[in-house]
Amino acid sequence: MEPLEDTLRRLREAFCAGRTRPAEFRAAQLRGLGRFLQDHKQQLQQALAQDLHKSDFESLVSEIVISQGEVDLALRNLRAWMKDERVSRNLATQLDSAFIRKEPFGLVLIVAPWNYPVNLTLVPLVGALAAGNCVVLKPSELSRSTEKVLAEELPRYLDPSCFAVVLGGPSETEQLLEHRFDYIFFTGSPRVGRIVMAAAAKHLTPITLELGGKNPCYVDDDCDPQTVANRVAWFRYFNSGQTCVAPDYVLCSPETRERLLPALQSAITRFYGDDPKSSPNLGRIINQKHFLRLQGLLRCGRVAIGGQSDESDRYIAPTVLVDVQDTEPVMQEEIFGPILPLVTVRSLDEAIDFINQREKPLALYAFSNSSQVVRQVLARTSSGGFCGNDGFMHMTLASLPFGGVGHSGMGRYHGKFSFDTFSHQRACLLRSPGLEKVNHIRYPPYTPGKLRLLLLAMEERRCSCTLL
Amino acid sequence: MKDEYVATNLLTKLSSAFIRKEPFGLVLIIAPWNYPVNLTLMPLVGALAAGNCVVLKPSEMSKCTEKVLCELLPQYLDQVGWLCPSPPPGEGSPRVGRIVMAAAAKHLTPITLELGGKNPCYVDDDCDPQTVANRVAWFRYFNSGQTCVAPDYVLCSPETRERLLPALQSAITRFYGDDPKSSPNLGRIINQKHFLRLQGLLRCGRVAIGGQSDESDRYIAPTVLVDVQDTEPVMQEEIFGPILPLVTVRSLDEAIDFINQREKPLALYAFSNSSQVVNEVMERTSSGSFGGNEGFIYLTLPSLPLGGVGNSGMGRYHGKFSFDTFSHQRACLLRNPGLEKVNDIRYPPYSPWNQQLITWALGSQSCTLL
Repeated sequence: MEPLEDTLRRLREAFCAGRTRPAEFRAAQLRGLGRFLQDHKQQLQQALAQDLHKSDFESLVSEIVISQGEVDLALRNLRAWMKDERVSRNLATQLDSAFIRKEPFGLVLIVAPWNYPVNLTLVPLVGALAAGNCVVLKPSELSRSTEKVLAEELPRYLDPSCFAVVLGGPSETEQLLEHRFDYIFFTGSPRVGRIVMAAAAKHLTPITLELGGKNPCYVDDDCDPQTVANRVAWFRYFNSGQTCVAPDYVLCSPETRERLLPALQSAITRFYGDDPKSSPNLGRIINQKHFLRLQGLLRCGRVAIGGQSDESDRYIAPTVLVDVQDTEPVMQEEIFGPILPLVTVRSLDEAIDFINQREKPLALYAFSNSSQVVRQVLARTSSGGFCGNDGFMHMTLASLPFGGVGHSGMGRYHGKFSFDTFSHQRACLLRSPGLEKVNHIRYPPYTPGKLRLLLLAMEERRCSCTLL
Repeated sequence: MKDEYVATNLLTKLSSAFIRKEPFGLVLIIAPWNYPVNLTLMPLVGALAAGNCVVLKPSEMSKCTEKVLCELLPQYLDQVGWLCPSPPPGEGSPRVGRIVMAAAAKHLTPITLELGGKNPCYVDDDCDPQTVANRVAWFRYFNSGQTCVAPDYVLCSPETRERLLPALQSAITRFYGDDPKSSPNLGRIINQKHFLRLQGLLRCGRVAIGGQSDESDRYIAPTVLVDVQDTEPVMQEEIFGPILPLVTVRSLDEAIDFINQREKPLALYAFSNSSQVVNEVMERTSSGSFGGNEGFIYLTLPSLPLGGVGNSGMGRYHGKFSFDTFSHQRACLLRNPGLEKVNDIRYPPYSPWNQQLITWALGSQSCTLL
């Protein structure tokens, strides 16, 4: 294996030589990525099944199709996204050429997590490649089988002078972060997010941090409990709860709690059968450490549904907890597993206060037949993203930016937002080398007359630029 | 402020999808001393427009302006707090930028850093020396050189250097008279520390024009240096004063290599009658912003973003970019609480048919151009 320093130097040299700049090169890289997904679809599904017991349906829908969709979107729009963006001018610059040019940053590092190891590795990669960067990819070592496929097969589809996969655990990642990158894209926990940002600060490297949090799910009295239970359960137990945007806990009145419980049991039975452990559609916990953590959470509050676990299989049953205390671990940390606490509140106001006393989450959900209630929750809280009357469907829309706020992260991506994230937007003004006489009004010695003229020429109002 | 509606796919056709702009909350603006009104109030406009509460920390080095801001501005604003006076964090240099970013990392606070660097100014052989001299001189000596986007040094051939020198002298005399010290249109250095620093830089290379200084007045004459060495301080640090070194190169390629071996600057300039040469410099380099045959006049266009890249900074502002910088763009999807039957295709138990239908529905975005 090539020493890290050599890899980084090689990639930098290729970037400085301009290899990644032409649209044709970038499109070829993206097509290579697309072919990788097609050629190794089955292999990836098998790997995901090994790592997370992911069903073919989930692998396809949340990993492969999403990634393929982003590749296709980027290929369709690459040239449009790359184009110089002309901007409006004032009188002083009327004869000039004023535009924003998109430029790659250079050497980009993408550090990916284990829960959606295809999606959360390849979707950022699409943006970085489309924007013309050279990329170092650090997939998660926890999703071992997927890591293997990415490390062994993916490089064969991309130009090796501009792309490298680096493997390792926390200490290798720490070493990696000591080097200088021109952009760092990190998906993971807030704790590690701080470490990444502190490392980036040493080199003044811009970053995107896709972190996490406890995503609240408010359920109003005015709702159909079975509909809500279906939707909440599906998004909670998808990937066995190991989703950064899954509803983490429910806030509802005691009455609604009583209506939700049987509806949730009904949804769980419908989705996973009477013996969820034998359902092919329920995932498993990524590793022993997280399994034990989650097993511990099962002791919080009181188990209302589920609660079973099996260490040999890293299986945690789809579980609903009630009567949890604020101070218990299940309400202190991001759950990231198939456990859903129902927390009771006495009013919408109390729910909103509860939410606002805590860190801003990556996602926030509100279920109600009343659109006014939904809009109120939206208006009086903040979060990375928000969905009314459903779970994380907003992530399927590449036209919506995906990112956090506060402790749940900074920056965003998906679709064109990815391209923009990995691009430097350079302001450019090209002027005529002649027409020097016009400039006389700005040169000293200054006079009131010159000043008046200059201010007039700088005025914006006559331009259409107020609507950008 | 308006919600921005976006395209939906088949799965979300009946839903409302939009981006909502939200204020972050409590914003800190740390401003420098060189354009203490502009660089304090411009970010403030963005932060206020985006709906944030603001703590403003003007520079204590521009003492009189700080006084006016601290005493008078609060009378006009409701949600602004002040930190004045207070211990100096320093000006907007990359060094301090690192400290700010490390501090922000502890709280996962997003940041914009408007830093600096040495802004190269390439002057081609194919140019009118007087026109170039006028433009470069004006932007260099404006505010006595204390401008983050001012041309920091010139790169040109030895022949062009010889043509530029008399033209620069001519421009300086035209702008500031025979005795620039008595011109009302020439600034002074902000404080003793920077004055002494700049006075030291006058000893680098050889003074071709100017070179005078007066400590009692913190006056540095509009100066042009030649024969500077790469290792001398004037070519190692951002000058931030009325001193312009002319560095000779033998070709455009050499100039571009020279530029690319160094940190990405906040601004980059290229002067040439040939638009092809200007474009080549632009294509083969990177910088916060770029001016062809001109200095930082682009700052007057709020439709252009002002910001750095690499060591010169991250993030941008001016105009709508300010509003966007200080806003969190929240992705929102509002779905129907009914129509639950439609969702059946996504629930387990899964069948190959479910799979196909969902795959197709996910891919069906009606609008690919955002």
